[in-house]
Amino acid sequence: MSSTTMAMPAATGMRRHASLRRDRRWALITSYVFLIIFAIFFLIPPYYMVVTALKSDAEVAHMATNPWIIANGITLDQFKILFTQTDFLIFFKNTAIVTTCVVVITMVVSVLAAFSLGRMRFWGSSILATGIFLTYLVPDTLLFLPLFQIVKAVGLLNSYWGMVLVYPTLTVPFCTWIMIGYFQSIPKELDEAALIDGAGHMQMLLKIFIPVALPGIIAATIFAFTVSWAAFVYPMAFLYSADQQVLTVGTVTSLIRADVYKWGMLMAGALVAAAPPLVIYAFLMDYYIAGLTAGATKG
Amino acid sequence: MPASSAGIRDVEPPARGDRYKVEDSRMADTVQSWVPGLQQAGVRPSARSGLSKFLRQRSTIAFLFCLPLIAIITCLVIYPAFYSIYLSMLNKAQTRFIGLGNFSYLLSRDVFWMVVQQSAIFALSAVFFKALIGLITAHLINNLPAKGQRKWRGMLLVPWVIPLALSSLGWWWLFDPTHSAFNWILTGLGFDEVPWLSNPYWARFSVILVNVWYGAPFFLIMYLAALKSVPEQLYEAAAIDGANAWQKFIHITLPMMRNIIAITVLFSLIVTFANFDIVQIMTAGGPRNMTHVFATYAFLLGIRSGDLPLGAATSLFMFPILAIAAVFILRGVRKRGREIG
Repeated sequence: MSSTTMAMPAATGMRRHASLRRDRRWALITSYVFLIIFAIFFLIPPYYMVVTALKSDAEVAHMATNPWIIANGITLDQFKILFTQTDFLIFFKNTAIVTTCVVVITMVVSVLAAFSLGRMRFWGSSILATGIFLTYLVPDTLLFLPLFQIVKAVGLLNSYWGMVLVYPTLTVPFCTWIMIGYFQSIPKELDEAALIDGAGHMQMLLKIFIPVALPGIIAATIFAFTVSWAAFVYPMAFLYSADQQVLTVGTVTSLIRADVYKWGMLMAGALVAAAPPLVIYAFLMDYYIAGLTAGATKG
Repeated sequence: MPASSAGIRDVEPPARGDRYKVEDSRMADTVQSWVPGLQQAGVRPSARSGLSKFLRQRSTIAFLFCLPLIAIITCLVIYPAFYSIYLSMLNKAQTRFIGLGNFSYLLSRDVFWMVVQQSAIFALSAVFFKALIGLITAHLINNLPAKGQRKWRGMLLVPWVIPLALSSLGWWWLFDPTHSAFNWILTGLGFDEVPWLSNPYWARFSVILVNVWYGAPFFLIMYLAALKSVPEQLYEAAAIDGANAWQKFIHITLPMMRNIIAITVLFSLIVTFANFDIVQIMTAGGPRNMTHVFATYAFLLGIRSGDLPLGAATSLFMFPILAIAAVFILRGVRKRGREIG
């Protein structure tokens, strides 16, 4: 008697446990199935770009073979043509110069401002912080025509230095905004201790806040880098000669010569141009994602 | 003495007498500021002048730190914004003031109304599907064991990391009229070829598809982060009450994520509405101007046709919807800031 009463609940419990486990396994399997479908959707274009870039021109043009695989062997000819017969390396150099300058300018300007707005405060500082957030929401396509006139007026039309001038409007507001959040999360006791020790504000920033907020600074730097590397509207509107062109516009417009689209070479160019952001992402994914999500959660 | 403070001392150059005085007063004031009420009450008049001096100094420094930022925003955002209004009221040669002539010209053009319509279709449908796919994929990843989540998240974020102009080029090649790799599959399966970019309606579909592809990972990341912040106890309590997965989603997940969903959707609405790269690269507005959005149409008028004022007027039509979205985002972010801490 006693043994049956003891066994009954245990058995149902076990059965329920087993069914729960089975349910969970099914949920897991369906999750994987759907994730694989989504992954295929997300990775089709990069995959196809890689495949095309590694084919010979003849195979790209040949319409009967399966375009999704490389049937006639991998070749690096497309990259060779890209580097030797086009202006691609000039575009790459220009983009590297512009991006480096923009990242440095952005970080100096936004770290100083964020330190001031996040820790020091002054008359109107909270209004300014709100204003910065609103400027971050201004898209580049809203003001590119008046900026065209301004860039022309300062004589930087068709010069990549013009990009160094205008890109910070895309990077500085967001970087400042997320840095304010990072600086505010640092305990207040820290700067009081520094003040007692007689540190000036600049020393406080350099010796304490920048090292402590380093994850935020890395995230902001990555953001500034990716934005200025990928910017498209401004160079499309302000640059027209090949020696001043940057990668995004150069790859999309200047590499297309005559009426023949050399798709293999174009895809090779697009891949090399996309490589630096992808490499940074591969190595610093957590910082990248932290920067991405910080905009809506910090501040 | 902690090592860091010793380091700060080292950097301070050997000071003269007056410098020490400044330092002393600063120190004293800081100590003062720890004691609530002392400074407001003005208990010690001698310290008060030092305090106000200190405050003035501090706020001056703070303002100086902000100056580069203020200069950039004033010269390259606020000034262009007002200049844009002025510019849009000039004639094509920018020699004559024509008031609202450009605006009324645009409003009388069928093409412009098509741009308005297409921008709305483009933004609303793209944002809807981005949000939907983001929500689904975030849930799927959240279901996985913790070890595998990182790998999947890393893989699914790739479209967001590739510069949009370059991936648009890849998509263009996928849609190529004679070599389309999609059509190769479709004909292989016995279907007709799809005129991806040459038929206006398919072209509209294609540019939206590319935008969804590009933007969905952003939603995925935002929602995944938000899902992680929902307290586990809520789900446990619901499980005890016998709630199924759908009920948990409706009654716990959605309410907890409402704010972040709103922020993300509004933010994406702005970015999508103002999108330029995809349409410019894949169709340049064609066929028959049917895929033009505000940005590409403004580019066509302002840069390609050289009518800067008319282009500026076109861009300005974007402003009201952007402003409304921005106000709501700001409200949402503030609310979220309060909720978090």
